[in-house]
Amino acid sequence: MNHRPALAETPLARYALIGGALTFLTVFLFIPLGLVFVTAFKDGVDVYLASITEPDALAAIQLTLIVTLIAVPLNIVFGLAAAWAVTKHDFRGKGILLAVIDLPFAVSPVISGMVFILLFGASGVIGPFLADNDIKIVFALPGIVLATIFVTFPYVARELIPAMEARGREPELAALTLGATGMQAFRLVTLPNVRWALMHGIILCTARAIGEFGAVSVVSGHIRGETNTVPLHIEILYNEYQFTAAFAVATLLVFVAILTLALKSFIAWRESQRKVVA
Amino acid sequence: MPGLSLSLGIVFTWVGLIVVIPLAALVVMSASLDAGTFFDTVTSDRAIAAFGLSFGAALVAAVVNLVFGLLLAWVLVRYSFPGKKLLDAFVDMPFALPTAVAGIALTAAFAPNGLLGGPLADLGIKAAYSRLGVVIALIFIGMPFVVRTVHPVLQELQPELEEAAATLGATRRQTFMRVILPALRPALLTGFALAFARGLGEYGSVVFISANLPHKTEIVPLLIYTKLEQFHYAEAAALAVVMLVFSFILLFVLQRLQKRRRPSVMRNRPTEATA
Amino acid sequence: MNLSKLGTLLGVSHAQAGLLRESIDAAQPLVDTATAIRVTNLSKSFGDFKALDEVSLEVRPGELIALLGPSGSGKTTLLRSIAGIEVADGGHIFFGDDDVTNRPIRLRDVGFVFQHYALFEHLTVFENVAFGLTIRKRPKDEITARVRHLLAKVELSDLERRFPRELSGGQKQRVALARALAPNPRVLLLDEPFGALDARVRKGLRAWLRKLHEEVHVTSILVTHDQDEAFECADRVVVMHKGKIEQVGTRDTLTMSPASPFVREFIEAPAPDFTI
Repeated sequence: MNHRPALAETPLARYALIGGALTFLTVFLFIPLGLVFVTAFKDGVDVYLASITEPDALAAIQLTLIVTLIAVPLNIVFGLAAAWAVTKHDFRGKGILLAVIDLPFAVSPVISGMVFILLFGASGVIGPFLADNDIKIVFALPGIVLATIFVTFPYVARELIPAMEARGREPELAALTLGATGMQAFRLVTLPNVRWALMHGIILCTARAIGEFGAVSVVSGHIRGETNTVPLHIEILYNEYQFTAAFAVATLLVFVAILTLALKSFIAWRESQRKVVA
Repeated sequence: MPGLSLSLGIVFTWVGLIVVIPLAALVVMSASLDAGTFFDTVTSDRAIAAFGLSFGAALVAAVVNLVFGLLLAWVLVRYSFPGKKLLDAFVDMPFALPTAVAGIALTAAFAPNGLLGGPLADLGIKAAYSRLGVVIALIFIGMPFVVRTVHPVLQELQPELEEAAATLGATRRQTFMRVILPALRPALLTGFALAFARGLGEYGSVVFISANLPHKTEIVPLLIYTKLEQFHYAEAAALAVVMLVFSFILLFVLQRLQKRRRPSVMRNRPTEATA
Repeated sequence: MNLSKLGTLLGVSHAQAGLLRESIDAAQPLVDTATAIRVTNLSKSFGDFKALDEVSLEVRPGELIALLGPSGSGKTTLLRSIAGIEVADGGHIFFGDDDVTNRPIRLRDVGFVFQHYALFEHLTVFENVAFGLTIRKRPKDEITARVRHLLAKVELSDLERRFPRELSGGQKQRVALARALAPNPRVLLLDEPFGALDARVRKGLRAWLRKLHEEVHVTSILVTHDQDEAFECADRVVVMHKGKIEQVGTRDTLTMSPASPFVREFIEAPAPDFTI
């Protein structure tokens, strides 16, 4: 941004504005985050380590990882397919598709989880069928995976669509004239150019999958050691007044969040580097 | 271009399984309720209190985020100061942080014996375990929306506009009110709507800080959750349908806002509106 | 009578004197006591790049001069420094006897027309032109009269209620001109005003600007890289190169007695006119 002294605010105004912004962030962001760590380590490092390595905590971590490793790749495939369909073709109903993709953002997580209960739950629409065949979806892993997929499926698509749209269809059309199949055009022309957007979307999708609380809370049944993800485990500890343990486990998620932000910044930086060179 | 049938095939299968069928179940379930019970559920005292709180708190929080989001975007775009890059990255924290962690962190800060809650309590203000607590949580999770929608617009704003206003005799304040702010209005509205929509449905961060007292500090998502736990599926579905109607209206408004032609004070850019 | 003298006489601030003069002038719109512009030893650098190197220039009251030169010659920097948009590192700028070197933009009383119009998209044509008067809190009927008068001058009276996005490039630039003239500036500065328009529109507007200047007579400086434009519109042309003024003169002076090799190479003789 050019330095334009002729048009700047007075130094006093500037400092006041910066001060106001910093105060707001300190009150609502930095203090609460800091307290997570302070409380987690309040009883010493040993208690901290014990909290994050006791069996139920480990089971929760394992479950979170499994769910994430299933949900995210599936959503990547979906995101790529949706972005390819929407940006490189014209078809009726495109607007509706785009609205559907935005849907999870507008819907409360509790409702997102609830719809699966209504479908697969004991008194749900196909509940009796499932019970007869001894298939467990809700209150079990499949339900948690489904709910997580529901709330995270837009992230990859939403990052890819503007990125793929920005370059138009010419590059892919050129590839086709040169003899490439659709798949080759997609692999060799489209993908390399949306690398960063794709990565950005994957990071957001993963972060949300790890941290999802409301939707998973509804479908999981809270069975200790079995159907508790890390956020749910934190809730249980907190409700049992095991504050130190709850915050200790919470620090793991804060680390993940910080890692997410760091990766985002890194990607943004690499993207701007690429623009400078190009 | 090839690949339409394959990609659309994948898309529609996915969307069908994950979105359409579950939502259909919702409709079926709520249709099983006769109209009378539907209305009674939705208009019960407890439900009305919950709706009032959810909407009211989301609105207040969105307004606060409107003001401070603009402030943050301004400071990040226009000024340089030590730690600015760090600040820029941290503004996105509410997006990256799980809501449960946000919930316990905010409660720890604003509880009566907390770092911020203590001084407030001395002033007679109850932060956590009250409606104010709900608002605080919603301010937290809505924080990045306005900042992220306003930031690119502010960055691309033609300096010539401010120069022109100055040559015409406007003070800095007049330039801001009459030239800069109107140019930012679409972005501000979009950010506000996003923060509001997010606040309406928020669950995780609120349930820790609010104490969830029915009729007092109970938000609609929690009410739905409680009904589900009691196996009152149909009632839960009824409440959900009402919430969804509002969500769809908001979604529609948002689509319109994001599609509207931007004034030609800047190049066209896609909006980054992640939740 | 210039503003400083008026101000001192009446014991009012510069800004108040400006308002006073405006109300006097509003009674006789567009008749201006023209101001001379004097620039002495003006220098401006951007980092290592020296944009202006001890530039001195005199513009006579009511004159229209053109700053002509290739990109990087410093012509735009000079114009923006006179406006106050850039703050010079050294030297002085005088409007008449008034030393405005350190004065903020809004108190300099300049009209500025930008290459890309810089119109306020959320305001109508009328409101755009009225802007300088609205923020000075002039009475409503005074504003209406003045805006209508100017819109008639730039031949856009029918478009009062339109928004900038509904106008063509040429129309937008005329609105920008009307807007700059509305607060009765003592100096009019134009930064490549026709640069964003196509050739035919440009030619038409050149002639029109010249005619407007003859009516309005405010001291004006026009920046352009187009020689025909410079010679057609301006009384004198200032040739600039690498932050310095090479020569000042008419087309004849510059072609027949160029002061430097650069001027000789840069200034072309007018294209022969074969029209019958």
